[in-house]
Amino acid sequence: MQYTLSILVENQAGVLSKISGLFSRRSFNIDSLAVGVTADPTVSRITVVANGDEYVVEQLEKQLNKVIPVIKVKRLTEGEFISRELSLIKVHCSAAKRFELIKIAELMDAKIVDVASSTVTFEYCETAEKIQTLIDLLKPYGIREIVRTGTVAIDKGKAQVST
Amino acid sequence: MISGAEIIVKCLEAEGVDTVFGYPGATICPFYDSLYDSNIKHVLVRQEQNAAHAASGYARACMKPGVCVATSGPGATNLITGIATAYMDSIPMIAITGQVRSDLLGRDVFQEADITGACEPFTKHSYLVERTADLPRIFKEAFHIATTGRPGPVLIDIPQDLQENMLESFEYPKTVDIKGYKPNTKGHSVQVQRAVELIKKAKRPVIVAGGGVLSSGAKLKLQKFAEITQIPVLSTMMGIGVMPSDHPLYLGMLGTHGRKCANTALHKTDLTIVCGARLGDRAIASPDQMGTRAKVIHIDIDPAEIGKNVKTTVPIVGDMNNVLKQLINDIDGFKINDEWDSEVKELKAHFQSKISTFEGYVEPRTLINKLSFMLKSKAILCADVGQNQIWCANNFRIREGRFLTTGGMGTMGYSVPAAIGAKMARKDRDVVVVCGDGSFQMSLNELSTIAQNNLNIKIIVMRNQRLGMVRELQDKIYNCRHSATILNDKPDFVALAKAYGIDSAEVSSNEEAEKFVKNIVESDKPFVLVCNVHPDTPSIL
Ligand SMILES: Cc1ncc(C[n+]2csc(CCOP(=O)(O)OP(=O)(O)O)c2C)c(N)n1
Repeated sequence: MQYTLSILVENQAGVLSKISGLFSRRSFNIDSLAVGVTADPTVSRITVVANGDEYVVEQLEKQLNKVIPVIKVKRLTEGEFISRELSLIKVHCSAAKRFELIKIAELMDAKIVDVASSTVTFEYCETAEKIQTLIDLLKPYGIREIVRTGTVAIDKGKAQVST
Repeated sequence: MISGAEIIVKCLEAEGVDTVFGYPGATICPFYDSLYDSNIKHVLVRQEQNAAHAASGYARACMKPGVCVATSGPGATNLITGIATAYMDSIPMIAITGQVRSDLLGRDVFQEADITGACEPFTKHSYLVERTADLPRIFKEAFHIATTGRPGPVLIDIPQDLQENMLESFEYPKTVDIKGYKPNTKGHSVQVQRAVELIKKAKRPVIVAGGGVLSSGAKLKLQKFAEITQIPVLSTMMGIGVMPSDHPLYLGMLGTHGRKCANTALHKTDLTIVCGARLGDRAIASPDQMGTRAKVIHIDIDPAEIGKNVKTTVPIVGDMNNVLKQLINDIDGFKINDEWDSEVKELKAHFQSKISTFEGYVEPRTLINKLSFMLKSKAILCADVGQNQIWCANNFRIREGRFLTTGGMGTMGYSVPAAIGAKMARKDRDVVVVCGDGSFQMSLNELSTIAQNNLNIKIIVMRNQRLGMVRELQDKIYNCRHSATILNDKPDFVALAKAYGIDSAEVSSNEEAEKFVKNIVESDKPFVLVCNVHPDTPSIL
């Protein structure tokens, strides 16, 4: 089971290492982790996407709550949140293939942000799933490099994660 | 004007600290210099690990946070085992370390160690102080965090220059506000109600009490609850002392090294009421050890413990005092059925243990049992780790006293420094150590601390010339191949104790041992009694 956690933490030195240390120490497997400041500059928000059964998620939530600078942990409900991840994908591209790649970009609603004699770089901001689709489409051309930010997520509608 | 170091001392005074345990070095020197003018007693241990263990013994004996101090680098790293032990045993503790100057941090200068990083997994929280002005707030928070919720060690790492910096004035904050730390102490009334219903329906309920009952000071409430309902009580190792050992409702310690009657009762139960215990693998090796269909009510201040090791029917997060008060109130005089009551009594009678003895040796279990009644009823027994610990856990008869051992971490060498801490906290109590010849040698340098402070601590060394508990394991599982578990007959502990200025004797029979115990408990001087124990004496029957 994959789940997404939003974690509000005090914006101070060492918090991220406390949290990432917790994951490895208690052998929780995480798929991605993204962190950034919130509307309140003293508070940062960490989004974690991880895998595990109900027992593991519950343990993870409880252990996170024990970390003193963690203010709030919320498990986002499947289907009731928006998630996005930014990726930059550099693909091998000869002049002959350029048109094909532009077509793929159009089809997927991705942006081409850099073109050189033998490469094309895509910028794609989507769900992790769709990014995977694009990667699969680009694979045959030869992927040179991928950079991803990790997923960030926000509740739909009125719901929110607040301190 | 006031220096950072003076501020630290004032913070400790404001928290009512009267004793600290530590070992100085360059980067903590400003603090030590200020301490020199203070009324706070400093006990100079002989190795930093023991400062933490002593702080642990102190905290447990007087229910106040223990404070230990070390210098940066090796001083701080020496503390780690003691801090980790306190963490696993849930002991409220403040560890203060000196750190290299803040402008040199991260450059691997002389005696720099990233101690907050190293202790991350073993501390409830830690601070690397960045500004002298933050010290009062940090100390206020640290004491609050260490002592509330599930107790634990908090580390404060203070660069030397921040101890030297001068501030205009000092004011200790009156309140704390930590956004992410608001432990819930009152049990949810709906859950308490559900628990009461389960208890009323149960046929064979038992209470499993752990260290949380003691650290929250709820032991009398637990007794009251058990007495009202007549539900039998088992304890974990950390919970020993929640009931007087000879209380009719007390069945003893459960688990791998526990009492048969306790384990049998646990196996038969249909409702386990877990109070302040995490039920680690030594207590319950596999959940089905607990009657397979048994329901579980789990009461703990730490929500993360609930459901971690055993499946829970009714979770109650809260302070043991509050929850037991709610339960006592809501249970409304309910008493369990007579059948279970008499079955439990039978169990208890059935498993009376017979102990075989070896001629020419001290039988440790018999001696420990006798010892219980030769001490004052509020005596504090500090047991080390190994067979000696199991002998004590199962045979020391607690009345109103305490049993201090490290059940969570099992750190050899704990007992002697813990006794130093306990004695500093409770000069009025008998404080006795029981340890093995292996564990004794892990902290016998502290004999020097005992002698220097003339601490009336009696140390009983169970000398089997083996790392007994591991050797026993090798007998059972490794085909009696005694790899690295044989100690030789050196040192001569009696001569060694005397070299430290502490009187000592060696005995090889229970009669002799008892005679000595009778005499030494009367004296106000420390004593080391070396008991020769046959290496084949088992941990349990
Ligand atoms: C610091 C530390 N090292 C190793 C162990 C593993 N260990 C557990 S019990 C034990 C033997 C203890 O021997 P001794 O102190 O002589 O006590 P006995 O079992 O003989 O009573 C050992 C080595 C431990 N618990 N702690």
